[in-house]
Amino acid sequence: MSVSSAASHADTLPEYAPKGLSPVRLRRLGGKAVAYAFLLALAVMVVLPFGWMLTVALKPDGVPVFTIPPEWFPTQYFQWDNFQRALFDSTQPFARYFLNTTLIVVVNIIGTLFSCSLAAYAFARLRFRWSETLFNILIITMLVPWQALIIPQFLLFFKLGWYGTYLPLMVPSFTGSAFFIFLIRQYMRTFPRDLDDAARIDGAGYFRIYWDIILPLSRPVLMVVTVFVFLGSWSDLLGPLIYLNETSQFTLAIGLANFVTRSGTDWNLLMAANLITIIPVLIVYYFAQGKLIGGIASVGMKG
Amino acid sequence: MHAFRTTRGAGSHAGRLGRNARAEERAAFLCLLPWLIGLVLFTGGPILASLALSLTNWSLLASPRWLGLDNYVEMATDWNFWQSVKVTLRYVVMSVPLYLVAGLGLALVLNLKIRGIGIFRTLFFLPSVLPGVATAVLFVTLLNPDLGAVNWFLRGIGIENPPRWFSSPTWAVPSVVLVGLWGIGGGAIIYLAGLQNINPQLYEAAAIDGAGPFRRFRDVTLPMLTPTLFFVLITSLIGAFQVFDIAFVLGGSRGGVGDSLLFYLINVWNEAFRNGRLGYGSALSWVLIVVAAFAILALFRTADRWVYYETDPGKTEDAT
Repeated sequence: MSVSSAASHADTLPEYAPKGLSPVRLRRLGGKAVAYAFLLALAVMVVLPFGWMLTVALKPDGVPVFTIPPEWFPTQYFQWDNFQRALFDSTQPFARYFLNTTLIVVVNIIGTLFSCSLAAYAFARLRFRWSETLFNILIITMLVPWQALIIPQFLLFFKLGWYGTYLPLMVPSFTGSAFFIFLIRQYMRTFPRDLDDAARIDGAGYFRIYWDIILPLSRPVLMVVTVFVFLGSWSDLLGPLIYLNETSQFTLAIGLANFVTRSGTDWNLLMAANLITIIPVLIVYYFAQGKLIGGIASVGMKG
Repeated sequence: MHAFRTTRGAGSHAGRLGRNARAEERAAFLCLLPWLIGLVLFTGGPILASLALSLTNWSLLASPRWLGLDNYVEMATDWNFWQSVKVTLRYVVMSVPLYLVAGLGLALVLNLKIRGIGIFRTLFFLPSVLPGVATAVLFVTLLNPDLGAVNWFLRGIGIENPPRWFSSPTWAVPSVVLVGLWGIGGGAIIYLAGLQNINPQLYEAAAIDGAGPFRRFRDVTLPMLTPTLFFVLITSLIGAFQVFDIAFVLGGSRGGVGDSLLFYLINVWNEAFRNGRLGYGSALSWVLIVVAAFAILALFRTADRWVYYETDPGKTEDAT
């Protein structure tokens, strides 16, 4: 890519300068040192809060949580069964919340992949009347602040008798999301037209082409969408807050929000619950970060 | 899309195209069907429905009554409404420019070609993917005014009376901005992609013409990055109108100390789902939709003047 040529160009620059600690070299070294110092300082600010969370989560009851100076990493206490206690607490069972959240997330991923890849296929590969108008509508709906629509949506689901069920949190994903349709469409557009034409000549129908050719080729972007949907619905607070009314149905996000607003909070169990919520995100992030960063970057470019 | 449409149509036999085109169109609309249903049921319908609802005193308990514009008139003297507008605008004014500059600054550093930069990119991006609630829970403790780590640090460097953060009406919104700063890597990644897409030949040409690092940044990087800046500006503005999770966790539906965290959506949520005033809540929502639409439209109107869209890079290279 263009980056590599920039790098090679930069590498050739010092050749002009005499070897040894010339002013130019010194300045470059100094610049590098400043950059590393800055990056390390920021890295510390990102890492320490995680260490602090773990430290608090591992403290036994009654041990002061806030110490001066703060303990950034667990050294004294390792009460691992705090995690068990947070998971199986009878008033707020985070194990239950975890399963509930997982169920919602999985259904949302399936729904989104199904509906968005189909719509993206039509926009990217098929010709039809009003395609440009519909695509413009798609772009506009990306800009609608959807939280502004919660009240009429609530009334709709309420009238359908879906209040207090997971349906309002699941069904909409099967009708697509403008952002993901756009993302997948951008990717599907890059395949050569000959693919479809050759398959057409061999007698394949449009859905065959979608299923056998376009969808397998789109696997990278579908992975990105999967990760985005996971992150989005794993974190969603507003939706579950509106539609769920029984403790046994709650998600991790509501569980945490209730936990923290309760008076006399057990900080160690709260942090354990917080880590239980965060760890799946960390795992997904660890495996997907390369693709994720690329995916976000591509949206940024084409938006 | 337009391009291949014309090239494809030209080569086909007119007679067969008719039947094929109809089959293709049918397939296309079948593929679009789920999205079209959603568009009507969950987006278009609700937008119109909320307009209609906003003209009533709809609640789940009593039968609705037509109010005309009364809900909108009520807003003019509704303390909570104006407080939520104030809180949200304060947040917009503080966060949008700060995140824009800080994200770009971080991206410039992350764009350096130095060893181990990939690890830093991965690390800095991480906070932006964490659930908002989880981040809020974390910062409740870190920003504790008396015992939190942040104020311990501030006292350590000689600030005797550090801000009381979420416990202070003045500092509550800046605190939310600060927590957002922890996730600034999310924006930086987008800038980074923009930076890496800038043609290195432009920098070479500028260097040959004697431009120093500052001039190269001002005359090459910034203009070439304007589409990315525009994208981030639009998305962060929409995002800033929609703060909910962190304000809910930190301030509860009460809206924090002295309503200092009564963000717009918190107020909507309160009116609709705590007070059961779905009609009034809809009116509030409509104001948000209209304001957001105007803000976005205004930004698009200014785009011609400052956003630079490169025409096909391949072509310009051929021309030179």
